[in-house]
Amino acid sequence: MIELEGLTKRYGEKLAVDDLTFTVRPGMVTGFLGPNGAGKSTTMRMMLGLDRPTAGDVRIDGQHYDRLKDPLKYIGALLDAKAMHGGRSARNHLLCLAQSNGIPGRRVAEVLDTVGLTAVARKKAKGFSLGMGQRLGIAGALLGDPRILMFDEPVNGLDPEGIHWIRNLMKSLAAQGRTVFVSSHLMSEMALTADHLVVIGQGRLLADTSMADFIAQNSRSYVRVRTPQRERLLDVLHLAGVTVVESGSGVLEADGGSAEQIGELAAQHQIVLHELSPQQASLEEAFMQLTAGSVEYHAHTDAPYDVPPPAAQQAQQPQPRQWGDDWNRSRR
Amino acid sequence: MIEAVGLTKRYGDKTAVYNLSFQVRPGAVTGFLGPNGSGKSTTMRMILGLDNPTAGQVTIGGYPYPKLPNAPRQVGALLDAKAVHGGRSARNHLLSLAQLSGIPARRVDEVLGVVGLQDVARRRSKGFSLGMGQRLGIAAALLGDPQVLLFDEPVNGLDPEGILWVRNLMKALAAEGRTVFVSSHLMSEMALTADHLIVIGRGQLLADMSIKDFISANSADFARVRTPDSEPQLREKLTSALTEAGGHVLPEQDGALRITGLPLPRISDIAHDADVRLWELSPHQASLEEAYMRMTQGAVDYRSTIDQKEGLMQPLPPGAQPPMPVPGQGQPDWYAPPPPQQGGQPFAMPQGQGPYAGAGQPQPGPYGAPSAPGADGSNPYAQPAPAAPQAPQQPPAPADLTKPEDAR
Amino acid sequence: MTAAQVVQSEWTKIRSVASTVWTLSLAVVVTVALGMLISALSSNEFDNMSTKDRLSFDPTFISFAGMSLGQLAMIVFGVLVVSNEYSTGMIRTSLAAVPQRGTFLFSKIAVATALALAVGLVTSFVAFFLGQAMLGSHRAEIGDPHVLRAVIGGGVYMTLIAVFSMGVAAMLRSPMLSLGILMPFFFLISNILGNVDATKKIGRYLPDQAGSKIMQVITPIDDDTPYGPWGGLGIMALWVIAVLVGGYVLLKRRDA
Repeated sequence: MIELEGLTKRYGEKLAVDDLTFTVRPGMVTGFLGPNGAGKSTTMRMMLGLDRPTAGDVRIDGQHYDRLKDPLKYIGALLDAKAMHGGRSARNHLLCLAQSNGIPGRRVAEVLDTVGLTAVARKKAKGFSLGMGQRLGIAGALLGDPRILMFDEPVNGLDPEGIHWIRNLMKSLAAQGRTVFVSSHLMSEMALTADHLVVIGQGRLLADTSMADFIAQNSRSYVRVRTPQRERLLDVLHLAGVTVVESGSGVLEADGGSAEQIGELAAQHQIVLHELSPQQASLEEAFMQLTAGSVEYHAHTDAPYDVPPPAAQQAQQPQPRQWGDDWNRSRR
Repeated sequence: MIEAVGLTKRYGDKTAVYNLSFQVRPGAVTGFLGPNGSGKSTTMRMILGLDNPTAGQVTIGGYPYPKLPNAPRQVGALLDAKAVHGGRSARNHLLSLAQLSGIPARRVDEVLGVVGLQDVARRRSKGFSLGMGQRLGIAAALLGDPQVLLFDEPVNGLDPEGILWVRNLMKALAAEGRTVFVSSHLMSEMALTADHLIVIGRGQLLADMSIKDFISANSADFARVRTPDSEPQLREKLTSALTEAGGHVLPEQDGALRITGLPLPRISDIAHDADVRLWELSPHQASLEEAYMRMTQGAVDYRSTIDQKEGLMQPLPPGAQPPMPVPGQGQPDWYAPPPPQQGGQPFAMPQGQGPYAGAGQPQPGPYGAPSAPGADGSNPYAQPAPAAPQAPQQPPAPADLTKPEDAR
Repeated sequence: MTAAQVVQSEWTKIRSVASTVWTLSLAVVVTVALGMLISALSSNEFDNMSTKDRLSFDPTFISFAGMSLGQLAMIVFGVLVVSNEYSTGMIRTSLAAVPQRGTFLFSKIAVATALALAVGLVTSFVAFFLGQAMLGSHRAEIGDPHVLRAVIGGGVYMTLIAVFSMGVAAMLRSPMLSLGILMPFFFLISNILGNVDATKKIGRYLPDQAGSKIMQVITPIDDDTPYGPWGGLGIMALWVIAVLVGGYVLLKRRDA
């Protein structure tokens, strides 16, 4: 369990982290989201005692990080795949970490095997690709078999097999009752991995909710219905006070009614349904909606920040401004 | 248009790319997929004339890259975000590139605006984050307003807003009739971006088809059905009725049923005849990741295994919870598969042996394949896909040390 | 976590990088080879020297002449041991594993110091014996008064130079900046300050000027240095303590 209380970090004038209070609970994967510059990395560094908070407090299992005896046995972190000496072999890198926390040397070979780096254990980390460095960092996090794990952008540089592996690794660690805290920019990946979300923007807490609630709160959800008895269903739903939009090719989109309710209504009125599927926006859409105001380095195009209704999304391909225009014209 | 004919590259004994023939057509985003070490980067480098093919050839618009007239105005590429002199400002970096190919300086400011770096244009790129470096690389690729664009892992290091932007940019470039060729390891991202896929494994072409065809060729569609929670007997009733009708039914974690082999209207009719009310009846398609995994298994380097934890002799720190389950002692399902509407399904391994659990591991270990329903041997995606090897899986290839995962 | 664990870990760190081997070997080779060369040249020159110079002739000190160059390799060793952590990003991993920053820094310095002392003593003895062999009839014996003190002192001097560099690197973090300050300082500036009359009074309190006094067996005739060999070493030790305290305080207060 990681507890943050009023955590604040100020660099000169700029508030990087502003009064963050939340708890990362065991037994689930908690995703940590926020645009670039939101203060995610600073927060994670403060959790590990690397940066000193300007105000507030972080506790790991009730203790301050620097009070932990052998911290790697409590919390393992992958902060940055490059946080290692490139001239040292993978094995020696892990060995020096293990020794500093009284972890037996045999464990090094074990975690190397777990992350699939046994064959290159004696190679210098310098020659590693980003993906291999990432695996070595993950090995370091697993070294002390800690109850708490923290991963910053773990899938960076991994190939699909590696991405799949780390996803299942995090889930199984959580299922064993461990606390898993993971930051990522890949919403689609997060949607598959995290159970709970903590979202920050400009250093402030924007959300601390379950994945399902987050999506439900930050986007439109509706039920997609197809039926050969369109007119009858429309009447029935209208009477029940469910708003229905037609979205072409015989598909109805029902707002404000649950699939259960519509299913029961259809059964009651003997209407045949060919589809009855609850639809939710993607985590990405929900995230964009929530953080629209707190993004640094906006690209010049008018990318849609406000979530378009999912049906319209297919039709409307967001067209960036014709950026070559001025120049093309003058070239002609 | 990029065209490869019999493209082959050998490094000493090792064949990195073998007899590769494909076309990348204009007007579409073509995704380029393959496991690490499959020859993607080598192919990209040959397209750009950085490596010479051992045999065969690859042409852009009919010319091999080195013979291409005014190449920087025809082809733009993002190969490696860090291929920038760190001491130079973003603007000067682009300016030097522009001057090399006779592009007016005005264009530099234009592309800086396009990628959103106008405010940091005069800062040294050394202080750039990976995401900013990536944007700078994309700016360089766009500089000559080229008809052909190559991107290697373009979303690396970008934040969600940046990822969305790159996705839309690539689609827009393709919609303008340009040729867009993108490699990526992020299947979920590819599924949203690419129209067409070229998949290679061990240097050879595995697939060259539209993304739709790829998914349906490599996995099966299914329907998700929910009956009223309050009446479990309805669920039983429906299950037997569907099975009788030739459907394949699997229970899901949340009480829903996953049905393959029957179209939705048919399921609806069967439910109606059996007098079962439905709370959900939704069509689902397998994810690109799943389809990809099936196609490429056996062509993967650096395989992860189960964490045995024998090296950890000490007891857990005081206050810790009971020791974790021992691998191999079959555990209950310790996590729910993600709900399908979030865009993915648990990846059930054919014949219960996950490529990630170590070959032949009979029971899922704590870090192994998820013990999704069906991992006991019955394949939830009932139709064996044409390309999915059902035979016992090949042992993993020895990790190829000469070929770092994706560094090049 | 015990300090012993951290020391063991730091030993693994130091032995598993190539820079340790090449900096320390360079220190030995350069010091010994240059010492032998200068000893041989001095031996030939002896007959041409003035009486005053003959009276000041210190065969022990001459065999350590290579140290002026060899100490640069020790500086590189000291700087790299500490600043490698920062330049590679390893510091974040290290401090996450050992959050007690004092334990971390001083374990690292203790291990590096022990290694430097071992190498320094070997260098010093080898440089002495081979240097004396070159000096032929003008040589000193290890049993002569004060000679053993000077030879052991030579090893301690090299060690303290390395530790001083570690302290500076702990303060400055960047290897380039640390080397950019230390190398010209010890190779040029300190020598200039120590040899120009106007600045001599200040110059002789600089760490290397004061510390090298320990290697002298015969005091030059017109020497007016207000401290002896042990006093000089003490002054150097104070410098070392000062930079170590500075490095520790900064590490303690700074964000990693």
